[in-house]
Amino acid sequence: MQDTLEQRGPDSADPIIEARNVSVTYDLEHRDAMVLDDVSIDLRRGEILGVVGESGSGKSMLANAMMDAVEEPGITTGSVTYHPEDGDPVDILDLSHEELNEFRWEEVSMVFQGALSSFNPTMSIRGHFEETLEAHDYDVEEGMERARQLLSDLYLDPDRVLDSYAHELSGGMSQRALIALSLILEPQVLLMDEPTAALDLLMQRSILSLLADIKEKYDLTILFITHDLPLVAGLADRLAILYAFELAEVGTAEQIAHDSKHPYTRALLQAVPNLDAPTESMRPIEGTAPNPAHVPDGCHYAPRCPLATKQCHQETPPWVDVEENHRSACFHYDDAEDAVPFDLEEVSDA
Amino acid sequence: MSDRATPAANSWDDDDDVVMSLEDVSVHFEKEQGVVESLFDEPETVQAVSDVSIDIPENDVLALVGESGCGKTTLGKTIIGVQRPTSGSVKYRGQDVWDARDGRGDVAIEHGDIRRALQMIHQDPGAALNPNRKVLTTLEAPLKKWDPDMSTEDRRARIFALLDRVGMEPPEDYAHRFPHQLSGGEQQRIALVRALLMNPDVILADEAVSALDVSLRVETMDLLLELQEQFNTSFVFISHNLSNARYLAKEAGGRIGIMYLGEIVEIGPPEEVLNDPQHPYSKVLRWATADLDPTAQKMTDPPVRSIDIPDPVNPPSGCRFHTRCPEAREVCKTESPELGDGAGSPDAGRCAACFRTDPDHEYWDSEPLDGVDEAESPSLGD
Repeated sequence: MQDTLEQRGPDSADPIIEARNVSVTYDLEHRDAMVLDDVSIDLRRGEILGVVGESGSGKSMLANAMMDAVEEPGITTGSVTYHPEDGDPVDILDLSHEELNEFRWEEVSMVFQGALSSFNPTMSIRGHFEETLEAHDYDVEEGMERARQLLSDLYLDPDRVLDSYAHELSGGMSQRALIALSLILEPQVLLMDEPTAALDLLMQRSILSLLADIKEKYDLTILFITHDLPLVAGLADRLAILYAFELAEVGTAEQIAHDSKHPYTRALLQAVPNLDAPTESMRPIEGTAPNPAHVPDGCHYAPRCPLATKQCHQETPPWVDVEENHRSACFHYDDAEDAVPFDLEEVSDA
Repeated sequence: MSDRATPAANSWDDDDDVVMSLEDVSVHFEKEQGVVESLFDEPETVQAVSDVSIDIPENDVLALVGESGCGKTTLGKTIIGVQRPTSGSVKYRGQDVWDARDGRGDVAIEHGDIRRALQMIHQDPGAALNPNRKVLTTLEAPLKKWDPDMSTEDRRARIFALLDRVGMEPPEDYAHRFPHQLSGGEQQRIALVRALLMNPDVILADEAVSALDVSLRVETMDLLLELQEQFNTSFVFISHNLSNARYLAKEAGGRIGIMYLGEIVEIGPPEEVLNDPQHPYSKVLRWATADLDPTAQKMTDPPVRSIDIPDPVNPPSGCRFHTRCPEAREVCKTESPELGDGAGSPDAGRCAACFRTDPDHEYWDSEPLDGVDEAESPSLGD
């Protein structure tokens, strides 16, 4: 039932990006700060994987590490392997600067939150598309045709948007234009780091429903990073829950929402204000998340966990396969349900 | 809890329970020219709030919800008398706030007293606290200003007692910290304590929990509710998040007000507004609020005809929602529905500004607009 990462990868189905034992550390003067701790996860071809974590849990680091984009002086260790549809696997962390530049955009593209800071304020949206196409030696005319198609797929008026500057568009429109830009070189994978966080709920959900359509149309694999569990629950095929720089639980969206086997995930589900839940069932999580320079030994969640035993404080819990596709990093996964009661059925029917 | 005497001269106000009363309030802003386009010669006017009337009773919670740019913050600021309305009146216990400010007519309650009774907590607690000042210095400032005779010991005792009350123990330790030595949740509590020191009647909490981590939100809202009960304070809670608004309004037995382009389109008890939305826009917001259950939550297309909000400089004629409304008909382009017009919504506090609430309205005989599904009859309407 239990086996460790060294013996076997965390997932087996056709992966497009395989991250193994990825850690990111910052070598500070007095002590090291670990902002991503030995994370192994697969992004499967054609799926939408939602990575959920609170602020400071290391979720952006995971996306950055996957593209070898962690900024100095951060040090990324472990391995990230990209499997193109045809061709040999590529180790992303070994790529040269030039190779990386090509790899980004053409194979894997990234969308950040806050489109305004991603666009150059002195360049029109059209300029961004043309510049990107030229920099990667693509046919500009053909590319701009695609740009128009992408923009209309995202419910934007191509002529108006292409001639605008980023500040002339609303937040929702510029964020959608940014998504179109990220797809202009026809990447296989889209990494999205809180792509909707600064937007209104209605725009967030509208973008998500557009994303679902676009993913089908362009055959994409999407990694969607967010702090908002309910937002991504309906979009994602699988969810990965990150707590204090390490993965706590991975499973299908249904498994995580209905049948979580990790006390942190369950506490998080309880804490999220949900429209359908009786308000009495919402409870905050006691305590605070650890600081990257003072990460506790053993399970990172142990100091806040109602199930924690001596073992939890000393040893890192191994991955446990609870069922197919569903793994939890908890010694007491079997007791999580009783210790942190959360029943979505009950909650939704109320 | 409140030690403030009820003002004597409020004979024209027959309802003592109402703290703030807004009548036909509009707030317009002139837009700076040349920023977006220079098509207009005259300065453009943004109608941030138009023709809103609302009462805030004592010990009440009103949650205002809407997309950004819908005017919820401007309305909130107008309610607590920091934003001067372009037209309409804002009254605190019967006294017009802006008359008191300008010294017009008989001023029954001084502006200073009104100012103290209406407080605000901002969205980003980190930016609301002076980073160079210790918590104690920050908290002493309002007391020194409004009660200069209070002794240092009394002042500190009062601050420590409140810090203790919001769960910051030991208060002596927290009082001597700087804001950067506090977590986001703790900073927000300091901002809350600062507002509470004045024993206010109304606190405006503008997106007060949005910046906090998911796991801290419920905790912070619980604290707000607890204090609301203890201090008999009314809260105007502004949020773009329906789930947060619902939590707070429901637990406090308050109301949710849905805003769209400067107008309140629906208002009422949270369970009624959310479980049985009368206004199509409330339904849209309901759709936009993700459900935790992935099986129940299908990725459907947004129930609006256009996902972008119209320009508030040129709000649509008639019902402002008609350009996006999935139910809009010809009559919606020309006539604007009033809040509470509908025949079916006279019951306490619950009303929506939509022709569909009135089964006898000419709306039902009007032609649907382009992109609207086939017309239905009022009996089939929901």
